[in-house]
Amino acid sequence: MNRRVFALASLATVVSAAGLSAQGLDRTRPPALGPAPALRLPSVQTATLPNRLRLAVIEMHEVPVVDISIVIDAGAVADPADLPGLATFTANMLDEGAGRRSALEISEEADFLGASLGTTAGYDVASVFLHVPKRQLRPALDLMADVVLRPTFADSEIARQRELRRTAILQQRDQPVAMANTSFPAIIFGDQHPYGRPLGGNEASTAMLSRDQVSQLYQTYYRPEHARVLVVGDVTLAEAERLVSERFGAWENGPSVVARSRAAEPAARTVYLVDKPGAAQSVIRIGNVGVARSTEDYFPLQVLNTILGGSFTSRLNQNLRETHGYTYGANSQFVMRQSAGPFQAGSSVQSSKTDSALIEFMRELRRIRDEEVPQAELDKAKAYIALGLPGNFETTQGAAAQFRELLTYGLPLEYYDSYVQRINAVTAADVQRVARRYIDIDHLAIVVVGDRSQIEAGVRALNEGPISVRDMWGQEVR
Amino acid sequence: MKRRTRTTALLAVLALACGLPATLAAQALRVPHTTFTLRNGLKVIVHEDHSVPIVTVNTWYHVGSGDERPGRTGFAHLFEHLMFMGSQHVPTGQFDQLLEAAGADNNGSTTEDRTNYFEDGPTNALPLMLYLDSDRMGFIMPELTPEKVDLQRGVVQNERRQSYENQPYGLAEENILRRLYPQGHAYSWPVIGSMADLSAATIEDVRDFSRTYYTSNNATMVVAGDVNPAAVRSLMERYFGEIRRGPAVTRNQPPAVNLEADVYATLEDRVQLPRVYNAWHSVRAFAPDDAALNVLSDVLASGKSSRLYRRMVYEMQIATQVTAYHDALKADGSFRVLSTARPGHDLNELQRVIDEEIRRVAETGPTPREVERIYNQNEASFLGRMERVGSFGGKADQLAFYDYFVGTPDYFQADLDRYRRVTPADVQRVAREYLQRHRVVLSVVPQGRPELAATQTGGAR
Repeated sequence: MNRRVFALASLATVVSAAGLSAQGLDRTRPPALGPAPALRLPSVQTATLPNRLRLAVIEMHEVPVVDISIVIDAGAVADPADLPGLATFTANMLDEGAGRRSALEISEEADFLGASLGTTAGYDVASVFLHVPKRQLRPALDLMADVVLRPTFADSEIARQRELRRTAILQQRDQPVAMANTSFPAIIFGDQHPYGRPLGGNEASTAMLSRDQVSQLYQTYYRPEHARVLVVGDVTLAEAERLVSERFGAWENGPSVVARSRAAEPAARTVYLVDKPGAAQSVIRIGNVGVARSTEDYFPLQVLNTILGGSFTSRLNQNLRETHGYTYGANSQFVMRQSAGPFQAGSSVQSSKTDSALIEFMRELRRIRDEEVPQAELDKAKAYIALGLPGNFETTQGAAAQFRELLTYGLPLEYYDSYVQRINAVTAADVQRVARRYIDIDHLAIVVVGDRSQIEAGVRALNEGPISVRDMWGQEVR
Repeated sequence: MKRRTRTTALLAVLALACGLPATLAAQALRVPHTTFTLRNGLKVIVHEDHSVPIVTVNTWYHVGSGDERPGRTGFAHLFEHLMFMGSQHVPTGQFDQLLEAAGADNNGSTTEDRTNYFEDGPTNALPLMLYLDSDRMGFIMPELTPEKVDLQRGVVQNERRQSYENQPYGLAEENILRRLYPQGHAYSWPVIGSMADLSAATIEDVRDFSRTYYTSNNATMVVAGDVNPAAVRSLMERYFGEIRRGPAVTRNQPPAVNLEADVYATLEDRVQLPRVYNAWHSVRAFAPDDAALNVLSDVLASGKSSRLYRRMVYEMQIATQVTAYHDALKADGSFRVLSTARPGHDLNELQRVIDEEIRRVAETGPTPREVERIYNQNEASFLGRMERVGSFGGKADQLAFYDYFVGTPDYFQADLDRYRRVTPADVQRVAREYLQRHRVVLSVVPQGRPELAATQTGGAR
């Protein structure tokens, strides 16, 4: 086969070589871009079961696989203040024994079906994921239903997972990035706000985890009216609705309430040092409490962040990496949740350049507030976001992630239809407005995890704020 | 930031894909493509997939860290970074600026055997992608300057700090490689290279390397996605046709080697818990026993029901994790088993169980259900890799991978068939043949705690 194709190709080569190549090509300017392809989004179909369980289906028939997510309002926001880590632990326990199967049997069965079955929780929601070849969808969905509806929470399994978690917490001390990611939210939110508490808990809370607490959280929050099922892949709506009703139709509701807390009042700009003796780099996180996913400024913020630290050509990455070589990469993000999540800019920089890197971070954070972004830079960022959108829907798991976000935050399922238009409407003035509003330059927390003996003097000399020494949990070290 | 990273893991991931059950056999997995070669030796593979209006260009240069020489380790990867720094007609920074303004992403990676570059984006960006790729293939030389080398040297040294030195256990791999391979062997150093060698690289090294390896006749390009093959051919002619062929390339073909004795070593690191690494010489990718060795690694440590996980993590609770994999490179391979001890346990305890379970597989083999389970898992991951055309591990990347490793781009089904043929007896045989040879045992222990290390006498076989 290839031989024949090759023969044809050779012929064409001669023709086009004569016509197009060599002297004819002007390399001094890049080729003009033709019109961008029209956006084709997969369409969403929905259904609601009698028990108020909502179902969304996206048909994708290219590859015989199906991806199912069940999203439940059972995230860490519901954790008691003295028991951080309970929601993630509960989600983790779902597949450690369910229905008639033990933990090992569930894992073995899923593997045998060629399925990936996973459970997790974030601050806002808990999720159960299944990705499976179409022909094994039914038995895999049976397994998933056991995990969601009939977890056993055996004491022996609780004890086993509790011990694993204890060692995982111990090992966080080995990882400067993990230390930064734990201390930074603790500092900006404070421990009275759920987003300030570690998702995976701490030593004290882990020691207290028990079957009673896990069962209670499960009974309260794992209910159909607080759940959404998203099915993406090689199925039809009718088929998906039948398969889901057969397994989740008898799931019963119960009462539940989600309490919300407030973030701590921000301190004046302060530099927080977390000591990591011998570290080859300093891990930097700079930011403040940002915005909720429901913000009306979502689109200007996407453009702002793309310019600041959300792409390779963003200002932070160009400055710290491509101009100065202080780091392998620098970035920023607005983490958006049900309530306002963190805004954070960050990088890992070589220890000897910690102070120099902080100067550049502060320069960029001030500049994007103080000066309107040039038109070309604005246009590039908007094109990067808008034209990159179709690629997010290529795979079943990619499309699932896009729609899961809508289901998690209660956004309309037609959201992406107007996405490009709303990105294109963002102006330079919008970007500056949201930069000034959401990058709180006078109250930034500047968190640096590094070798204090090497970096403290330089950081102190910057005079960006008082220095406070913290541990990896964000607590003051005396 | 996942960008311009090196990905040795990529080959292992690709090699893991396999297995197809009888029910799916009828619809054989195919990635239809056409192939042509320009007069300058540049081979082009075109695959149409019109499901989403995106296109990907994936270029494989057949050079990796295995082509470096001692004293200049890390060089292939450093050069990869320079490929994004501008070429004669594309000023520094414009490569990324132009692509992002067109809605496209790009990245590159270096392994022991090859270096690749891709751009993913909307279909109308294809001429731009080819313009940029052709300019850096044919016209990079005047833009290779000492200043750029110095800058990217700094970036790469920070990559080394971030991904290795500032990671717990991050220096284990280079400590294993230099014990597993003889001094000077092309696989005896890590892709990232050493700090000293990175500092030593000169502009002349860079220019020589470019002239030797970054030629049209040492590359394969895959263009895939929502494209028309005839249009691709004419664009390829337009942008690449004038690039002149370089000298013929001869790769070092590092010899397969064996250890004469077990090698025990200990590394003290800033870690809370000790971890032991075992490494045995095995076979190169796609050698007859490669598939069975992959299956063996899954029997040992893939999933909670695997033998080592079940015993060490679940039942005995002496380890926090255990991992096994077959790292099959183009010229040689190694089989790895590593595990981290829980507080209060030392590495000899872990080694005793690892050795016991390996012996059990070598003596009685896995069950048919274990082999079938692994086969089903592999089939599913294979289907997953059929969903995406671009990025690392997408269809374009795999076409280039198969083309380079086995000479047939659409080797998907044939690769699956290798796994279909693996029997419990094969797994038993490779456990006996490869894992009862001499090995490197590296213990990484907390500073000041060498007594936790595995010892030749303690980890009795």
